[in-house]
Amino acid sequence: MSLLQLQRAVARAVMQPLTASRDMQRHAPGGGSMKRYAARLIKPNDRLTSFERLEIYNKQYWFRVLDSMIEDFPGLRAVLGERRFDAMAEAYLVANPSRSFTLRHLPSQLVPWLRKHPQWAGKDQKLALDIARLEWADIEAFDAKAEPLLEQKDLLQTNDPNTRAGAAKLKLTLQPYLRLLDLHYPVDDLLLEVRKADEDTDFASNAFTERRKRKRVRVVAKLKPSDLFLAVHRIDNSVYFRRLEPEEFVILSALRDGKTLGAAVELAFRRSAVPSEERPAKVQTWFAIWAALGWFCQPQKKHPAR
Amino acid sequence: MSASRFNGFTDYGIGIGLRAPHYQHILTRKPVVDWFEIISENFMIDGGRPLQILDQILEQYRVVQHGVSMYFGSAEKLNREHLRRLKDLVRRTKTPWLSDHLCWGSVDGRYTHDLLPMPYTFEAAKITAQKVKAVQDFLEIPVAVENVSSYAEYHESEMTEWEFLNEVVQRADCGILLDVNNIYVSSQNHSFHPLDYVNSIPAERVAQIHIAGHSKYRKYILDTHDHPVIDPVWKLYERAIQRVGHTATLLEWDDSIPSFQEVHDEALKANKFLSATVLAEAV
Repeated sequence: MSLLQLQRAVARAVMQPLTASRDMQRHAPGGGSMKRYAARLIKPNDRLTSFERLEIYNKQYWFRVLDSMIEDFPGLRAVLGERRFDAMAEAYLVANPSRSFTLRHLPSQLVPWLRKHPQWAGKDQKLALDIARLEWADIEAFDAKAEPLLEQKDLLQTNDPNTRAGAAKLKLTLQPYLRLLDLHYPVDDLLLEVRKADEDTDFASNAFTERRKRKRVRVVAKLKPSDLFLAVHRIDNSVYFRRLEPEEFVILSALRDGKTLGAAVELAFRRSAVPSEERPAKVQTWFAIWAALGWFCQPQKKHPAR
Repeated sequence: MSASRFNGFTDYGIGIGLRAPHYQHILTRKPVVDWFEIISENFMIDGGRPLQILDQILEQYRVVQHGVSMYFGSAEKLNREHLRRLKDLVRRTKTPWLSDHLCWGSVDGRYTHDLLPMPYTFEAAKITAQKVKAVQDFLEIPVAVENVSSYAEYHESEMTEWEFLNEVVQRADCGILLDVNNIYVSSQNHSFHPLDYVNSIPAERVAQIHIAGHSKYRKYILDTHDHPVIDPVWKLYERAIQRVGHTATLLEWDDSIPSFQEVHDEALKANKFLSATVLAEAV
């Protein structure tokens, strides 16, 4: 057996899901007995059979990848419930095994996968997708690149921002770590609540764990649909959520997509209820806040796809 | 082996693994630590707090990189994106040498995120050595390969684990990160004498030594890095130090992590053995 053949055979067994009681399956990948499959590859010793030795690695694999998903998605786990989340995570990982050297990228396909497979998203797919999108945005914002801040001299190089025509033609680049989300539920509150409950029960006893579960259920049950626009961003390398007005969201999204400042503002107010006389002041205030938060950066050679 | 081409001609003493629960203590109290080992993959990112912390650590401490997913023993090609990011980090940390494991963990582009044991075959040794060489050439710093703990052995194997290690490092002309805890764990799981292993490694190639704790189960031992170092492992360390001389030593503690002081105190127990070699060398 070549090295490649052996590694394929072992990986197939190691990455095959565990049974409900968290043991290695009796059936080998592709059919047949796992006992025979293991015996062909692995030597037994005086204490463990080939099956048992291979099972150590099978269990380690699943405990590691499932723990990673649980750590990254406490909010989605609160929404789905622990058992349903664990089943969903296993199904996701079977369909999307890690293709990266780092576990950080493990959930990178979760949102599109959950969209395609609503049977794993619980009773309310929109809620599950919202919280999954927020938690993935949070992961991405945490360690994405920060480019040097935009300075006035950078603006002067392209257009004259002091004239109305110059300002309208401006193209502004947003920080790569900034994520913009349009949501159907106030999942930012939900996630903060879940994290707080987790922190409060770091010293968890069984009674505390049970109380935490009940509290989560109450939080989820109380959550009412409500359209929400959110920026997931960083200040001093800590991730924060900032709620946006709908027009703010449109302007920022348009700028991120490469539109000029003029086009972005025009798009934002096309169907807006904001009275026209209030718009200039609003735009000015928003830009002042965005600039203060460091969301504008010098143009990058390569812009992230999102 | 102090100051050799396998550790970038450095003479490091006792270090500990840089772990998140200790960040605040290290940055505010600035304890005296000879060096820190970082897990490369935790910092192969584009920005954010981990890199900010790392830069602050680098201002005051010496750092050595240790990887967990290069998978020298995987039959597939090296991951170019991994290598590119690793080289960026090497430039940032100026690590004098870099280590990763003598194992495999990915196949057909799928990652298990585990340190899976190698079949000890000549084919595997040849493939592994070629990849170690390629990484060393690309990174332009010495690379040391670490022996892993294992819980399974293959029918395909044609030699012992230490013979395989020797075969790989000779072919690749690279260093060794000798993990004496891993030798102990594997010796118990596979019923060999751990001193046979320690006595067989090419001493002149040992760039660094790892010590750690583990967990004992009824039928096997798991390498969990969540306990102090036990006496039989200190005995192996003592023998290793007798053979290789004063060598950079690192305590790994990755789970149920106690206070910084407790971890550092445990690591500093190695001084007892290192001092003995210094005395012996002086005489």
